[in-house]
Amino acid sequence: MIAIRDDRDRNAFAALFDHFAPRLKGFIIRSGAPAHQAEEIVQDVMLTIWRKAAMFDPHRAQVSAWIYQIARNRQIDIARKENRPMPEELRQEPGSEPDASQILGLEQEAGQLKQALSRLKPEQREMIEKAYLGELTHMEISAQTGLPLGTIKSRIRLGLQRLRHELKDLDQ
Amino acid sequence: MSAITHHPSDAMLAAYAAGNLPHPFAVVVASHVSLCGQCRATFEAHQAVGGVVLEESHAVPVSPSLRENLFAQLDAPFAPEPVYERSGVYPGPVMEAFKGRAPRWKTLGMGVRQDILSRDVNGSVRLLYIPPGQAVPDHSHGGLELTLVLQGSFSDETGRFGVGDLEIADEALEHTPIADEGEACICLAATDARLRFRALVPRLLQPIFRI
Ligand SMILES: [Zn+2]
Repeated sequence: MIAIRDDRDRNAFAALFDHFAPRLKGFIIRSGAPAHQAEEIVQDVMLTIWRKAAMFDPHRAQVSAWIYQIARNRQIDIARKENRPMPEELRQEPGSEPDASQILGLEQEAGQLKQALSRLKPEQREMIEKAYLGELTHMEISAQTGLPLGTIKSRIRLGLQRLRHELKDLDQ
Repeated sequence: MSAITHHPSDAMLAAYAAGNLPHPFAVVVASHVSLCGQCRATFEAHQAVGGVVLEESHAVPVSPSLRENLFAQLDAPFAPEPVYERSGVYPGPVMEAFKGRAPRWKTLGMGVRQDILSRDVNGSVRLLYIPPGQAVPDHSHGGLELTLVLQGSFSDETGRFGVGDLEIADEALEHTPIADEGEACICLAATDARLRFRALVPRLLQPIFRI
């Protein structure tokens, strides 16, 4: 993704496409879109990734998380015919050096998160998948108090603690 | 900026990250996240979960024409979407709802003003302007109501709400928020049902004021 962002590397983009496009299609079909519409959305999402690559910040997001958000935005925009409200973008400080340990830390956290999800009972896992596919309403999600979502969240939170502190500093 | 002490619940941030919140609430939560580093971190953490769900999705082959079409478009010129930045006390998502314009206040009486940003079957989102010492008109809720303070502060039976604080109220909460002394209080309020401002406007006038 960095090669796409910094060098506009088409080979890297092709590799990213080959990895994510079929998963995106599966994800979108599972959210309820017919196959032909799913392909349209995949194409839109991939084009957005290429065009908005400059916004990608590996200190704050895994590539999959970033693409997930773009895909959900597109799905919601199509359903509502207007833009989904999103928070202000954080600006990367110009000239700031990449912090390899922060990027690595985030990767490791994401790996642990993946493992934690894979250890769930199938029905719990399905509930989480449904929620993040946009199939559950807010009320349904809040009613799912029995989910071990808490442990997962504490894991992610650990990994994002640093980010949180950095953001807090920015707030002051 | 004083510390933010009232945040959306975690379930609400999860629902927002997954795109499950009705539009009016999404505007308010997006605005809070724009002001609150803590909730941004939680929001981005939920995106990470979404990323794992995407990553682990069953791969369905895409047609070769999709790939060709896509690569043919990479060099095509395009108009970037407008980016709405914070303007004064109004965070980016509010400016986006305004489409960049300034608020158009309508007087509700007693110095209270409002500007409705959007209203449809999903509910409404509006700005409220409440002079210091003035009560936000006594109202009850038909559903869920989110109120985010953008300027000044208000207090009610449940506590004090300053800039960035989010109050979550439902049918069960009978409260009387009063703008604190000092600056006028400006809030962003979203509801999924019509508010009934009992003290201020007779019910019959509600359609006129569009409350
Ligand atoms: Zn917060």
